[in-house]
Amino acid sequence: MALFEAVRLHKRFGQRVVLEDITLAFEAGTTTGLMGPNGAGKTTCFNVLTGHFAPTRGRVLLDGRDVTGLAPQTIARLGVARSFQTISLFDTETAQDNVVVALPRIRARVADAWRDLARDTAAQDEAAALLGRVGLRGRERTRARDLSYGERRALEIALALAGDPRVLFLDEPTSGLGADGTARLADLVAELKRRYTIVMIEHDMRFLFRLADVVHVIHWGQVIASGTPDALRGDPWVARSQLGAG
Amino acid sequence: MSAAADPAPSGALGAGDAVPARAAPATRLPRPLVALVLLLVAAPWWLPAVGLYPYLAVEVAIFMLYAQGYNLLLGHSGLPSFGHGAFFGVGAYAFGLAQKHVVENLWVDLAAGVLVAALAGALVAAFVSHRRGIYYALLTIAFGQVAWFVAIKWHSVTGGEDGLLNLRRPDVDLGFARLSIASNEGLFLLVLALLAAVVLGCWRFVHSPLGRVLACIRQNETRARFLGYRVWWCKFAVFVLSTAIAGLAGALFAMAQQSAYPNVMSLHQSGFVVMMVLIGGGLASFWGPLVGAAFFILARDLLGAYTETWLLWYGLVFMAVVLWQPEGLAGIWRQLRATAAPGR
Ligand SMILES: Nc1ncnc2c1ncn2[C@@H]1O[C@H](COP(=O)(O)OP(=O)(O)O)[C@@H](O)[C@H]1O
Ligand SMILES: [Mg+2]
Repeated sequence: MALFEAVRLHKRFGQRVVLEDITLAFEAGTTTGLMGPNGAGKTTCFNVLTGHFAPTRGRVLLDGRDVTGLAPQTIARLGVARSFQTISLFDTETAQDNVVVALPRIRARVADAWRDLARDTAAQDEAAALLGRVGLRGRERTRARDLSYGERRALEIALALAGDPRVLFLDEPTSGLGADGTARLADLVAELKRRYTIVMIEHDMRFLFRLADVVHVIHWGQVIASGTPDALRGDPWVARSQLGAG
Repeated sequence: MSAAADPAPSGALGAGDAVPARAAPATRLPRPLVALVLLLVAAPWWLPAVGLYPYLAVEVAIFMLYAQGYNLLLGHSGLPSFGHGAFFGVGAYAFGLAQKHVVENLWVDLAAGVLVAALAGALVAAFVSHRRGIYYALLTIAFGQVAWFVAIKWHSVTGGEDGLLNLRRPDVDLGFARLSIASNEGLFLLVLALLAAVVLGCWRFVHSPLGRVLACIRQNETRARFLGYRVWWCKFAVFVLSTAIAGLAGALFAMAQQSAYPNVMSLHQSGFVVMMVLIGGGLASFWGPLVGAAFFILARDLLGAYTETWLLWYGLVFMAVVLWQPEGLAGIWRQLRATAAPGR
């Protein structure tokens, strides 16, 4: 049984059908890539899988458990973390505080209104270590909004990692990164890949094909091709899906 | 999407060997706060020297306490509760009713004010906590109006328009000593002690996990949800805490005025605390509400001595501050300090 499954997902917004019969399975320990042109429904698929939207039809299973339509906070507590295509941080908090708040050990203690968070050294050390891991050492005390674009992308990933998730969803992590940033990110994901089950939406084919074990091509809300990077390299759908990419 | 320049983040991705930087303790009391406290403690003694009266110090301290608790919602959590006078009023009535019908004991009556206001707060919070922005504001206004209306109409309990009259100021019973607060100076010292406790409590709260998470929810509620936070619960909790403090302020006000009346629950009275917080700089600063409350009450009495239309003039000052200095008096202070000591 796969760790995370989407079974015959449909999603409509009013009259507009965005997901039409999507079935996907993510095996524990694998890295899955989703690709496809803009507007294909990839982000919507993430939104349905992580609880942002309930699907119009279909089921979402985490470890065999039906999590369809559960709230994002409930799904997150089950060990599902995500990053956002449009960077989504706590902008006036420092990088450090962003990560501290993302730690489950802090979440578990949120009702404790008497503890001083700044003096919770275990949490602070853990957050600093995570920042170091994504390449933000030395930037701990900088507010998220004052970080460079690339650093903000890295912080986005640190927030997702803070939960030590069972499944990690990354929505276009290289978006807006230059060649250097993309190369650094590839190294990070290559390392994360060993520990985490990752699903990532990505337009950068070189990046995706280097890192993914399986790739699915999504178009018009459907999975139109699936396979290992090697098997898909010559696929006409892959070539075509790149045309609308940006 | 354009390939934006990506200034290299320091350190290589993935290397996690060096000793992690530890957070600097960010929770020392700021100096302005200390100065303010000293100024305040001496208030009943210097106020007459500038032509005011000691009672004013009582009211200033009560509204400081009220504004500080209110700002947990507005400034800190970004939750626009615009009917907060209701809870101030409920605290005042509960204090008065407990005193008249249960027992005349300071601690019991104050506790009644706090608890009943917190219960009313929990009731309202249950309805508003899944909202944000304008809907939150409108709902809180609606609840505030209902409370005000009930206070006026429920004559047998609240005394209607007149309110509860002849409330007393029970002695402060400390077990080993009994202090009278019949005089305004005496009452002031009690209010000041409670204000100190509330400010300290709020200070701890905003630096606690829940406090930090609420600040994060203000900035990005969606992200907080995806990190697993039960946003509804967090908003509920801070609303109850804030209304409990409003209830304490209301109970103290009932002692100050020796009565409880519906006017404090009216919409424009609810607006006053918003103005106090905004003009003081509560959106940007922890201690802004304290300054704003003092400024408001003093402006009321100083301007009010010259003109019936003091609120008009105050309103103009308020608009000027909001337009040109959204961070309020606290922001002005910060700028002055930055000019005086560049590089800090
Ligand atoms: N909340 C929404 N309401 C209405 N339409 C939406 C919503 N979210 C996404 N869509 C539409 O769904 C389509 C797919 O969007 P999206 O999933 O973001 O595509 P992708 O991530 O593959 O580029 C788009 O046409 C978009 O306009
Ligand atoms: Mg997308």
